[in-house]
Amino acid sequence: MATGIKDKVAILGMGCSRFGERWDCGTEDLLTEAFQEALKDAGIEKKQIEAAWYGSALDRVNVGNSAIPLSTALRLEGIPVSRVENMCATGTEALRGAVYAVASGAVDIALAIGAEKLKDTGYGGLPVIGKGTFNDLWMPYGSAPAGFAQLAAGYRAKYKVSAENLKKAIGRVSWKSHQNGAKNPKAHLQKAVEMETILNAQIIASPLGVFDCCGVSDGAACAIVTTPEIARALGKRDLVTVKALQLSASAGREQSTNQWDGSYVQNTRNAARAAYKEAGISDPLKQLSMLEVHDCFSITELVTMEDLGVSADGEAWRDVMNGKFDADGALPCQIDGGLKCFGHPVGASGLRMVYEHYLQLTGRAGPRQLKNPVMGLSHNLGGVPYNGVCAISIVGLEGA
Amino acid sequence: MADSPRTGIKSFGAFIPRRRLQRSAIAAAHGWAFPALKGLAKGERSMCSWDEDAITMAVEAGRDALRGGSAGSIRSLTLASTTAPYADLNNAVLVGAALQLAPSTASSDATGSTRAGLSAVIAACRSGDGEQLVIASEKRQAKPGSVLEMQVGCGAGALGIGTGEGVFARFLGSETVSVPFFDHFRKSGSDFDYGWEERWIRDEGVGKIVPKAISTLLKRLGLGADRITHFGVAGGPSKSDIAVAKALKIAPEKILPDLQATVGDTGTAQSVLLLIAALERAQAGDVIMVASFAQGCEVVAFEMLAAAPATGRRGLAGSIASRIEETAYLKLLSNDGQIDLDWGMRAETDHKTALTQLYRVADQIFGFVGGQCTACSTVQFPRTPSCVNCGATHTQQPYALADEPAKVATYTADWLQFSPSPPLYMGLVQFDCGARLLMEMVDVGPSGIDVGTPLTMSFRMKERDKLRGWDRYFWKAAPAA
Repeated sequence: MATGIKDKVAILGMGCSRFGERWDCGTEDLLTEAFQEALKDAGIEKKQIEAAWYGSALDRVNVGNSAIPLSTALRLEGIPVSRVENMCATGTEALRGAVYAVASGAVDIALAIGAEKLKDTGYGGLPVIGKGTFNDLWMPYGSAPAGFAQLAAGYRAKYKVSAENLKKAIGRVSWKSHQNGAKNPKAHLQKAVEMETILNAQIIASPLGVFDCCGVSDGAACAIVTTPEIARALGKRDLVTVKALQLSASAGREQSTNQWDGSYVQNTRNAARAAYKEAGISDPLKQLSMLEVHDCFSITELVTMEDLGVSADGEAWRDVMNGKFDADGALPCQIDGGLKCFGHPVGASGLRMVYEHYLQLTGRAGPRQLKNPVMGLSHNLGGVPYNGVCAISIVGLEGA
Repeated sequence: MADSPRTGIKSFGAFIPRRRLQRSAIAAAHGWAFPALKGLAKGERSMCSWDEDAITMAVEAGRDALRGGSAGSIRSLTLASTTAPYADLNNAVLVGAALQLAPSTASSDATGSTRAGLSAVIAACRSGDGEQLVIASEKRQAKPGSVLEMQVGCGAGALGIGTGEGVFARFLGSETVSVPFFDHFRKSGSDFDYGWEERWIRDEGVGKIVPKAISTLLKRLGLGADRITHFGVAGGPSKSDIAVAKALKIAPEKILPDLQATVGDTGTAQSVLLLIAALERAQAGDVIMVASFAQGCEVVAFEMLAAAPATGRRGLAGSIASRIEETAYLKLLSNDGQIDLDWGMRAETDHKTALTQLYRVADQIFGFVGGQCTACSTVQFPRTPSCVNCGATHTQQPYALADEPAKVATYTADWLQFSPSPPLYMGLVQFDCGARLLMEMVDVGPSGIDVGTPLTMSFRMKERDKLRGWDRYFWKAAPAA
C-alpha cells in the first residue's frame, strides 16, 4: 500500500538566480548562480551530491537537449544526471525526480535544478514551438496567451460574468502580483503598476492585455534534497519537508469531447485532489499558509483559485476583487511576484515557486516575509488549459 | 428537341470568397498615379483571403453541388482552372479527397485558357459516362494599378452532369471555334496577364467570333435566337454580352448579370457561374445559352426540363449575398504575395510537412473524417488508436465532420501569434454530434463571435511552406452565414 511522499524527504538547501533579461550571462552562468546559493545553504560539498535531475523545456531554441548542459556547467562528473521536460511544469518534474530518488533509498543526497535562457531566442513572449507531425497538420498554432485566453470565454459564459467585470478581476490579479514583486530584489519586474494602466494596455489575445501576461525571463532555480535524518545529522533544524508531489496530464477529454466547459483546468483539479490527500489536507484555505500558482496569465490564476478549492466555483473573480489573495489577505498568493513579476524561465519556474515557500518557511523572505507560515502549495502548469500538464508540490515545516 | 438522350445538369453549386474589396478603395490607393481608375471605381470584387486558392474554392463549390447527393456516385471529376497551385500534381485529386469522392473517380485538371471551364462542361455532357462533377475555380491576380485589377475577381462554380433521372437542364448542343486571336496571355510561371486593346477584342474578337458560333449552333438545333431565355458571355471586355446580344437580336432582358458589380471576372469560372446564374432563375422550357471567349470560343445550350430542385444549396445568389465588406487594399496585395510585410520572427517557423504522415491520415486532413467509437459512441477528432472517452482500442469507425453543425465553445483573438490575416481567431469548436477540437476561425465579420456562435466548416490552407512550395490544407470554422 503506497504511503505517499509526506515527510520522507527534506530540503537541505535551495538557490535561485536573479530572474529577468540576463543579457549578462548564459545558461551555464544561471545554473551556477542558483547552484552556488543552494550548495552554500545546504552546507555540503558538491561531491556529496549523488544524482541530479535537470529541467529545461525548450531545448530547440536555447540550451540544448540531454543532461550534458548541466553536467558540463556544474562539472557533475561520474554521477547520474537526467534531463526532464514537461513543458512549463518542467521544474517540478526535476524536483520529483530528485525527491523520489532520495525517498527510494537509492541515494542520500540529490540535486534538482531547472533553467531556461529565453532571452537568447529573439522573441518577446515564448518562442513558436510545435514541430510534431500529425498535430501540425490540423491543430492551429496559437500563441500561449491564446491558449489561456479561452478560459475567459468559457468562464464568462458559464458564470454570466460580464466582460467588464472579468477584465477588472484579472487586472486586479496582476495588480496584486506587481505590488508583491516590488518587494522582491530577484524579480524580473519590480514595479507596482496602476490598475488603469493594466486595464488599458495593448491586447495580446483577447481579453488578455500585456499586463495579463507574465514576464518571459532568463533564470535558474535549484533544490538539494535528502532524508530528514541526514539533514538533522548535518546540523539542520526546523526542517522544511516535502508534503506532496502530484502530476496530472491531459488525455484528450477536455479538448476532444464535450465534457469540459472551458471555465476551469481539469489537470489542476486532479493534481490538487491527489496532493491534498498525500499531504493530509482537508481544508486547504485553512491549512495552507500561502500559494505560488502558475499565473502565466491573469485568467489562469483566477480559475486556479477555484481549481485548488480556495474559492467556490464562480466566486474567484469576487474573491480577487475583495483582496482575498493579497499579501494581507486570507491566503496570500504570489507573494514573490509570481510568474507575472518574478518571471518565467520555463524550466526553472516550478523550483522557483518552492524556493519562495522555502524562504518563507525558514523566515528568510525579507520585506515580504509572512507571519508564521507552516505550509505552501506550488502549482505549475504546462501546455494549455485543455491539453497540458499540472504539477503540484506542497512543502511545509516538519510535523505540520 | 426532346429526341436526344436526356443528358445534362443534375446539380450545381458555387462559392465566392466572402471578402469583397471595394473598387473605390483600389482606385483611392492608386489615385496618385492613375487617377483615371476612378472611372471604374464602382461596386466591389471578391478577393481570396490568404488561405483561399483555386483548390479551396473548388472544394467549397463542389460541396455545394453535392448537397443532398452522393459523393460516392461520382465517376469523374474535372477541375478547370488557370490558377491551380500545382504544375505537377493532380490538383483535382486533392479536391476529390476533400470532397470524399471514391478512389476510383477519374480525376483530371483542365487548364490552358479561361475557356477550359466551359470546355470541360461540354466534354462531360458529350461523354455520357455516369455521374460527373465539373468544377471551375479561379483565383485571379492582376498587376497593381492595372485596369484588370479593378475587373477581376475570385470564385468557383460546380456542375453535376449525368444522364437520365435527375437531369433538369438538358444539354442541347455546343459549338467550338479555335482561332489564333490572342487577346491576352500569361506565360507559364508568370503571375500576370498581358493584354491588347479592349476595343479590338470587343469589335474584332468577341463581336465577330461569338455571334457566328451561336448562329451556327442555333441553326443546327433548329432554334431561333428568340428562343434564348438566358444569355451570357464570359471572357470578353465589359459589355461584350450586350454587343453580342444586339448582333443576334437577343432581347436585352435575356442577358444574365455579368457579375461585375458584385464579384468581378472570375476567368475560367466565369462561364460556369453564368450558367449557374441562369439555372437559379430558369423555369421549365427556358433555353440557356452561354459562351466563353478565348482563342475563339465555346458555346453551349441547355433546355430547362424543370426548375432546379431545392437542395439547401448556397448557389451563386447565396454566395454573393454572404459577404464581408473589405476596404483594406493592402490586404489584397499581402494576401496575393505582392508585398512582403514584416511579420516578425514568429513568421519564420518552418512548416515542413511529412508527406508520409499526411498520406496515413489523408481522410482525416482532407476529408475532415474523424472517428466514432463502437464501444461508447463518442465522436472524436482526430481518430487515434484509443478512444478519447472510454479508452477502448481499435474501435474507431470513420465519421465525417465537414457538414456537421457546430458552435464556438471557447475562443480568443490572438494578436501575438503570426497570422497573415491578424488577429488569429482560434478556439475549441463543439460539434452537436459531440466531437470537439481546437480550430482556427475565419471570416469573422464586424459582429464578431462569442461562445455559442453557430459555425460552418470551410476547407482552407492551414500553413504555407514557402521554402519547399508546399501548402498544408485543413478545415477551418467560419460563422454560419
